[in-house]
Amino acid sequence: MIELHGLHKAFGKQVVLDRVDFEVREGETVALMGPSGTGKSVLLKHVIGLIKPDRGTVIVDGKDVSKLKRRELSEFRSHIGYVFQNGALFDSMNVFENVRLGITDQAKYSDLDYCRQRITECLRLVNLPPDTVEKYPAQLSGGMRKRVGIARAIAGAPKYLLYDEPTSGLDPVNADIIDSLVQRLDDELGVTSVMVTHDVRGAFRVADRLALLSDGMIVMQGTPKEFLASTNPKVKEFLERDFDNPTLAA
Amino acid sequence: MSVLAALGRWVLDGLSHVGRLSYFMLDAARGLSEVRIWWPRMMIEAWNIGVGSLFIVMLISAFAGAVTALQTGYQFTGSIPYYVVGTLVVSSIILELGPVLTALILAGRIGARYAAELGTMRVTEQIDALESLGRSPASHLVIPRVLAGLVMIPALTVLANLSGVLSGWISVKAVLPVTDADFIYGAQYYWRPWDAYYSIIKAFFFAGSITIIACYMGFNTQQGAEGVGRSTTTAVVTSSILILVLDTVLTRLLLNQ
Repeated sequence: MIELHGLHKAFGKQVVLDRVDFEVREGETVALMGPSGTGKSVLLKHVIGLIKPDRGTVIVDGKDVSKLKRRELSEFRSHIGYVFQNGALFDSMNVFENVRLGITDQAKYSDLDYCRQRITECLRLVNLPPDTVEKYPAQLSGGMRKRVGIARAIAGAPKYLLYDEPTSGLDPVNADIIDSLVQRLDDELGVTSVMVTHDVRGAFRVADRLALLSDGMIVMQGTPKEFLASTNPKVKEFLERDFDNPTLAA
Repeated sequence: MSVLAALGRWVLDGLSHVGRLSYFMLDAARGLSEVRIWWPRMMIEAWNIGVGSLFIVMLISAFAGAVTALQTGYQFTGSIPYYVVGTLVVSSIILELGPVLTALILAGRIGARYAAELGTMRVTEQIDALESLGRSPASHLVIPRVLAGLVMIPALTVLANLSGVLSGWISVKAVLPVTDADFIYGAQYYWRPWDAYYSIIKAFFFAGSITIIACYMGFNTQQGAEGVGRSTTTAVVTSSILILVLDTVLTRLLLNQ
């Protein structure tokens, strides 16, 4: 379970997160929505300890992430798969080496036969052919890079998957493919997922629960149905941009 | 008042960098135990530095040696014995020109490359990705680069010294009636083995300043492509200044006792 209590973060004088309370229960998929620049990615990076909060706590499975020591943090991160916005693949490595880095268990990482088998399996899960392993990130399309990023994130069989804008910059067809993939992975792997997105349609398709972040604060958390029924002006304004007719989302 | 405020900000910025650089180095030192991770990467980096820089380092050093010899010939009067040319060329190259020129070239070539590589990795979240996978960016990215520099830059300096001396030797014969025996005699007359050690010690310190500053700047890159450009420029300028400062300090400490 992921719990954020009173999370506050500022960069210089700019307050990015202001007393944010947010939680994700075991096995559910939560989409964290909000306009660009409202602190969604910053919030997600707090969960994995890439950013430390100024105030407040981030608790994952009962552990306060900001208080973990170096080795504990490294061990903790091996249970979390993080999908970066643009894939964040290592340019100097081919797909095989990129995905292999996601195998966080050192014994398994050193076993080349296991790695080959696991990498092929992960590429299959994200609908990429086995011969992709030879390619370098520069030879892949944007959608393929995101899928390799997802393959790397699931290679270590994580308990949690955190997606940072998995569909941003993609055309609608590729965005739909990624959304379906996220949904399928959640079902097949049984992971707990948090997806940061400003794509409302994708969020409604994939998530069990939604949260809207605006101006550094959580405006609303609830099910898709509760969101559609909401009279909160910020929620309505945000949804109307993607849904001319809100009933389409149902 | 605004001048005082600017000065205060500058001092605070400087202190902040010193603090962060110390933490950065401490963090890198912690990764030293992961030999299995950094050793293969260090070998690749060492190869890149050594093979990639060999030609330019030897070329520039050869020109420096030639110019030193030619200028010596220009300033020479009949009252000074010719063998002194050997002393002048060898001492100038080994004590100063070899290590300093090599370091300044490599600050541009290696320092810029490291800062740009790591800066790009920072802004494209590749460094965050390494951390998110529970892996240490220090042992994957910093230690291999710094250690490769510490090994290869002194080695390149030795080759640069040889190239400079050889080129000076050949060139001086074009302007002065110096025999090989004169040159060798002069080179040996004031020669102390300590001079060679001093040259390598300087190169070692210069290597540290080039690689550590470049990695630190790259790691702390912000704001996209512009930030990468800024980090690269800052890394080259800072390490070049540091090389000259270290040159003065080390000369005072190691030669003027």
